[in-house]
Amino acid sequence: MVTIQKYVKVLSLDEAYELNQNKNNCIIGGMLWLKMGNKNISTAIDLCNLGLDTIEESDDEFSIGAMVTLRQLENHAGLNSFTNDAIRSSVKDIVGVQFRNMATVGGSIWSRFGFSDVLTMFMAMDSYVQLYKGGLIPLKDFAKMDYDKDILVRLIVKKTPGKYIYKASRAQRTDFPVIACALSMINGKYQLAVGARPNKAVLTIDADNILAGGINEESAKAFARFAADNTPAFSNSRASGEYRTHLIEVLTYRCLMEMGGLE
Amino acid sequence: MIEIKIKLNGKMITEQIDPDLLLIDFVRNHNCYSVKRGCETSNCGLCTVLMDDTPVLSCSMLAARADGHEVKTLEGLQEEASSFVGFIADQGADQCGFCNPGFVMNTIALLRENPDPTDDEIRAFLAGNLCRCSGYEGQLRGIRAYLDSRKQ
Repeated sequence: MVTIQKYVKVLSLDEAYELNQNKNNCIIGGMLWLKMGNKNISTAIDLCNLGLDTIEESDDEFSIGAMVTLRQLENHAGLNSFTNDAIRSSVKDIVGVQFRNMATVGGSIWSRFGFSDVLTMFMAMDSYVQLYKGGLIPLKDFAKMDYDKDILVRLIVKKTPGKYIYKASRAQRTDFPVIACALSMINGKYQLAVGARPNKAVLTIDADNILAGGINEESAKAFARFAADNTPAFSNSRASGEYRTHLIEVLTYRCLMEMGGLE
Repeated sequence: MIEIKIKLNGKMITEQIDPDLLLIDFVRNHNCYSVKRGCETSNCGLCTVLMDDTPVLSCSMLAARADGHEVKTLEGLQEEASSFVGFIADQGADQCGFCNPGFVMNTIALLRENPDPTDDEIRAFLAGNLCRCSGYEGQLRGIRAYLDSRKQ
């Protein structure tokens, strides 16, 4: 159960940052995961009045505010056109529409949840987090950082030309993913983000240039095997590590075949 | 305590509340008993209300965040709901009735956003509404029957 002594809709990021330095205070996003725990919050800090609920698109990037909901990602024409609907694929099975109308990008990315489809998807893209004090940091580096008292302000996604595919395996629709795979080909280089291992997402790059000659059935199988061998997967109540490793190989292969137009 | 102003089913309410009061408790305190407390893990959709015409889970939203917004429950949308709930009942899909208000609220949101959805679009939009007894096919048949009736 969560208790809250004081609730503040802050008027500036500076105010939010100052309040957030108290260890008993907490920034709330969609509050969907937060409410599941036991926490006594002195001051709940709400960023909802800071204009961070918009996706701004320019010629070279998408700038996604921390308070943008997953449903906004799902319905954003520009993001989905750029990724050939991979963004929509990554969030469409996260619980239900009502949940996605509340869950925020900032909450998902900041928390670096192991089960996060959102972190997995954006990690495969040319993405950066804009922290209030910490500045611009590549998402793949941010994912490895310890939690601190900074504030995630926006997620920046560069429009680096590429291709993107997202696939996840769930025991059933709306459940957590058992494994999540986001494949990208950016500037001719392939990389695979795997989340729900069940630990948080990690990137595997095509270090052996298996796909340097392009995607065909043989190279797809080889890279899928490489990804399964090089992505640590572990057991929990949803699946064994061995099963997850098998799924990584299967989904990576399917991602590649789809990306190569061979499916 | 903090003061909030919420327009609930067309009526402006100004009230002093505890900062951790959930929206579900706020609306039920104002006699909106169609809004049910189900899973409390943000999964079942029983507590669905419309905030500024967007379906959200009232069990997971602070009433304080709804300050300054318009909230509607089934009590305020009965006329709109009445156009299709009979079709769902005709399919026996309202068996125990506990999940129905959430289903109906989200169906209202679906039909406003997409007046002529396919079966897959209906399933996708209502995936966050769990039914513990009658299953989902009856509800789908009911909504389909309603949509078909509009075309006749």
